[in-house]
Amino acid sequence: MAMLRFAVFRLFTMLATLVVVSVLIFIIINLPPGDYLSNQINELRATGQSSGVAKAEFLRQEYALDRPLWEQYLIWMGFAPGPHGFSGLLQGEFGWSFEFDRPVAELVGGALWLTVLVNLAAILFVYMVALPLGVIAAARAKTWIDYTSAFVGYLGLATPNFLLALILFYYGNRYLNLPIGGLMDPKFEGEPMSFEKMKSVLVHLIIPTFVIGTSGAAAMMQRLRANLLDELGKPYVETARAKGMSESRMLVKYPLRVAFNPFVADIGTLLPAMVSGSVLVSVVLGLQTIGPVLLTALKSQDLFLSAFVLMFVALLTLIGTLISDLLLALLDPRIRFGGRSS
Amino acid sequence: MKVEGLTIGFGNAAPVVEDVGFSVEPGETLALVGESGSGKTLSCRAALRILPEVAQVHSGSVVFDGSNGPVDLMGLSERAMCDIRGNRISMIFQEPMRSLSPLHRIGNQVIEVLRLHGTAKGQGAYKRVIETFERVGFADPERIYQSYPFELSGGMRQRAMIAMAVVGKPDLLIADEPTTALDVTTQAQVLGLIKEIQQDNGMAMILVTHDLGVVANLADTVTVMNRGRVMEAGPAPLVLGDPQHGYTKDLFAAAPKIPDSGEEVSREDKPDYILEMRNVSKTYTLKGKAAWHPKIHVQAVRGIEFGVERGRTLAVVGESGSGKTTCARMALGAERADPGAEILFRAKPDADTVNLQDLDTSARLAFQRQAQMVFQDPYSTLNPRMRVKDALCEPMDIHKLGTRPERVDRAAEMLRWVGLSPNMLTRYPHAFSGGQRQRLSIARALMLGPTFLVCDEPTSALDVSVQEQVLQLLEEIRDRLNLSYMFISHDLAVVARIADEVAVMREGLVVEQGPTEVLFHNPQHPYTKALLAAQPEPDINRPINLKIVAQGAGSPSTWPEAYRFDGTSVPPLTEMGLGHKVRCYA
Repeated sequence: MAMLRFAVFRLFTMLATLVVVSVLIFIIINLPPGDYLSNQINELRATGQSSGVAKAEFLRQEYALDRPLWEQYLIWMGFAPGPHGFSGLLQGEFGWSFEFDRPVAELVGGALWLTVLVNLAAILFVYMVALPLGVIAAARAKTWIDYTSAFVGYLGLATPNFLLALILFYYGNRYLNLPIGGLMDPKFEGEPMSFEKMKSVLVHLIIPTFVIGTSGAAAMMQRLRANLLDELGKPYVETARAKGMSESRMLVKYPLRVAFNPFVADIGTLLPAMVSGSVLVSVVLGLQTIGPVLLTALKSQDLFLSAFVLMFVALLTLIGTLISDLLLALLDPRIRFGGRSS
Repeated sequence: MKVEGLTIGFGNAAPVVEDVGFSVEPGETLALVGESGSGKTLSCRAALRILPEVAQVHSGSVVFDGSNGPVDLMGLSERAMCDIRGNRISMIFQEPMRSLSPLHRIGNQVIEVLRLHGTAKGQGAYKRVIETFERVGFADPERIYQSYPFELSGGMRQRAMIAMAVVGKPDLLIADEPTTALDVTTQAQVLGLIKEIQQDNGMAMILVTHDLGVVANLADTVTVMNRGRVMEAGPAPLVLGDPQHGYTKDLFAAAPKIPDSGEEVSREDKPDYILEMRNVSKTYTLKGKAAWHPKIHVQAVRGIEFGVERGRTLAVVGESGSGKTTCARMALGAERADPGAEILFRAKPDADTVNLQDLDTSARLAFQRQAQMVFQDPYSTLNPRMRVKDALCEPMDIHKLGTRPERVDRAAEMLRWVGLSPNMLTRYPHAFSGGQRQRLSIARALMLGPTFLVCDEPTSALDVSVQEQVLQLLEEIRDRLNLSYMFISHDLAVVARIADEVAVMREGLVVEQGPTEVLFHNPQHPYTKALLAAQPEPDINRPINLKIVAQGAGSPSTWPEAYRFDGTSVPPLTEMGLGHKVRCYA
C-alpha cells in the first residue's frame, strides 16, 4: 500500500518535472537570435526570390511564430489554442519540421522505436556483462581473474566508440559475415513487421549494442566490484559465514543485495547517456536512430523537430529515474521506511 | 572443544598468535581475556575457520567433540565445516548494529540457520524461531520476525543475534565481546540472558572479552592472553581471586572499580562555579513525514540545573540517548539552548560572567579560547593527512596567537605534558596507538591554555590499561593547571574515579545528582541503583543483581510511584541532603 502511494507520488513529481523541462527546452532552443523561418526569409530576400517569402510568411503565421515566446510555448504544448485550435504535444501533434518539410511525427516515428530498441539492447548488454564480471572480480579480488577483467574493462573504457565500431565492422563482416551499417536489410525498410524483418534487425543489432554498451559495462563493472568489496568487509558477512552458509550462496544473498543499490540507481543516468553517447556511433554506423536527426535539427534551428527530440530524451531520462527509484524502494527497506528508522 | 598449539600469522611476518591452547567442557564457560591485539578474537575465528584471507593458520589442532564424536576442525573439508558452523558451533559478534544484514527481515535471517542445516522445515521452523524469540525476551515475537534490524535498538538486535546463535541448539557458543557496544544496564540484562540460555541448553561457551567484570559474572574457567600468547589459565575463582602472572595482576590493577566506602567531603557554602547551567532545555524540531504533516518536537534535554566548580570535575552519566552529549555541546556553546536558559561562564573567580546564550562573535571567540573539548574517538578526530605539528598548531592558527615558531614550541611543550616526546611532531596520526592518539587529542585541547575542558567519553574507545593511564593524565593536568572538567561518560567506574560531582541523566532529565561519594553509597533513585547494580565487578562473589537492574532500567513509567514519570508530568528535583538532589515526589 505504501509502495503504491509512493509510486503515484513519484509519477506525479515526474510529470511536474517534465513540464519544467519543457519550459527549459523551449527557452534554450529560442536563445539564439532568429528562427528557421526568419533566417530563411532573410536569405530569400537577399537573393530576391519574393515568391518563397510569401510561403515562409504563411508558415510563420500557421505555426504562430509571430507571437510572443510564452504564447508560442503554450500553443506548442497544447495548453492554449493556436491558429488551428488546440494542437500541441498534449494532443499528439508534434509540429512541422521546416528543414525536412515534413511533419515531425512522420519524420521521427520509425527512428523513435529504433532508438529505444538499440538503447534497451545496449542497457541489457551492460547489465548482463557487468553483473557477473563485477561479482567474479570482487569475489576473486587480487587474482588474475580480477586483473584480467579490470584490464579488459579499462580497454573498453579507453577505446573511442566510433573506432571500436569501425574495427568491429571490418572484422565482424570478414569473419562472422555480420552485416555492415543500418539497422535492417534495406529491402525490409518500410515493410510491415515480419519474422524475417525481425531476424534482420536482431543480426544488425549485434555490433551497435556491443559498441554502445562496452564503456558503460566496463564502468558499471568496476563500480559493482568496488561496492561489493566494501560490503564483503562488513560484519554481517561474517555472521552469515558463521551460520554455515556456503560462500557462493552467502555472496548472492547478503553483500550482493546491498551492493545492488548503486547498480539499480544507475538505470536513471544510463538511459540518457546512451542516447546522447550513441549519436556519433549512429552517424558512423549509419543507424536510423534519433541521434543524427537531433544533430541536424539543432544545427539548422529547426524548432519543433529539435524541441520534440529533446523532450523525448528528457522523457526517457525521467522514466529511467522513475524505474530506478521504484526498484530501489522495492529492494531496500531502509528507503521504503525512510521515516521509520530508529 | 580443545585447542592446542595454535599458531596464526599474517603472510610471512612473525606469528600474531603463537602456541595458544585452551579447552572448554560441555556446559562450561571459558573466558578468553585480553586487550585488543592480544589475539583472542583471531584464535576463536581460527577455530571456526572464518579468518580473514590474509591470516593463515601455521599449525595447531582444534578438536571438537560434539554430539557426533570428536573431529579435528582443521582437517575438515570446507563443506563439512559449513555443517558445523551455525549448527554445532555458533557465534555472537561484537557489533549488533552491523552484524545483521540491513536488507533482510530478522526472522528471515534467523530461520535461515534452521533451513541451511535442515534442522527444521516450514511451520516447524517458524514455530521454533518464534519460541526462541520468546526465550530471548521479545514481548511480541511475531512482530520482531517481520522487522528489519534498523527498527530495533542495540540491545534488541543483540537479543536477535543471540536468538540466531542458539536457535539451532549448538553444542558450543562463541561470544565475541557480546556486550561491549551496549549500555551498562542493557549489558547486564544481556549477560543474564546468555547465562540463563546456557544453563537451559547445557551448551558450552567461549566468551571473548576485555572486561574482567563480565568474566567474573559468567566464566567458570579463564584464559588470559597477551600478544598472542597465553599468560595464565585456570578456574575463574582462582585466577580472579589470586592472580599469579604479572600481566593478570596489571589488568586487575587497571580495571577501574567503584570504591567500597568514601568519606564525606565538606563543602563550601557558596561554591565557585566556572560554568553554571540554569533552566537549560533543548528541543529539536524534526521535519514531519511530509511537508503538510506537523513538525515533530523532540526534547533532548529538559530543565537542567547544575554547575561545574572551579578545579573540580562534574560527571554527566547516562545511557545513549539520555541527552548527555547535547548537554556537553551546550556547555561549549556549540548548540544554543531553548530561550529562557542561562549558561553562565566565568573564566576566573574575579572575571566577568558571560552568558553563552547571547555572545557576539568576538566574545564567542574569547570564550572558545577558555573552553575546549576532548573527543570520544581518537581515531576519527585527528585528520590522517595532517602532521601532529599542524594538528596541534591549528587552534592557535585559528585564533591568530603567536608566531609560527612560538606555536611549534608550545606544541612541543604540550606533547611533553601529555607524556609524549617532542620529536613526534612531524609524524602522522596513523603512527600512534589509540592511547597515544587520545594523548594527542588532549594536547590539542590544551594548546590554547583553556580553563575548562569538556571530555566526551574520552576513554570508552581504549583498552583498560590504557584507559587507566589516560585518566591518570587527565587528573594530573587538572590539578596542575587548575582546570575544571565536565566529564561525559556511561561508565560508572571511570566516573567514580575522576569525578567530584555526578549528575545521572535519563530521557533528557537529571534524575539524581550529588557529590560522588554520596551518590555511589547512598543512591536513592531506582535508575541510579540500576546503573550501579549493572556495573560488572571483577569479583566473583558479587554477581550482578538483575532484579535491581530490571526495576530501574525499564521505562520511567514503571518506576515506583514516588519516582514515576507519568506522561508529561515529572516529579521535581528534591533536595535530599547537602547538594544531593533526587527526582521524586517528597
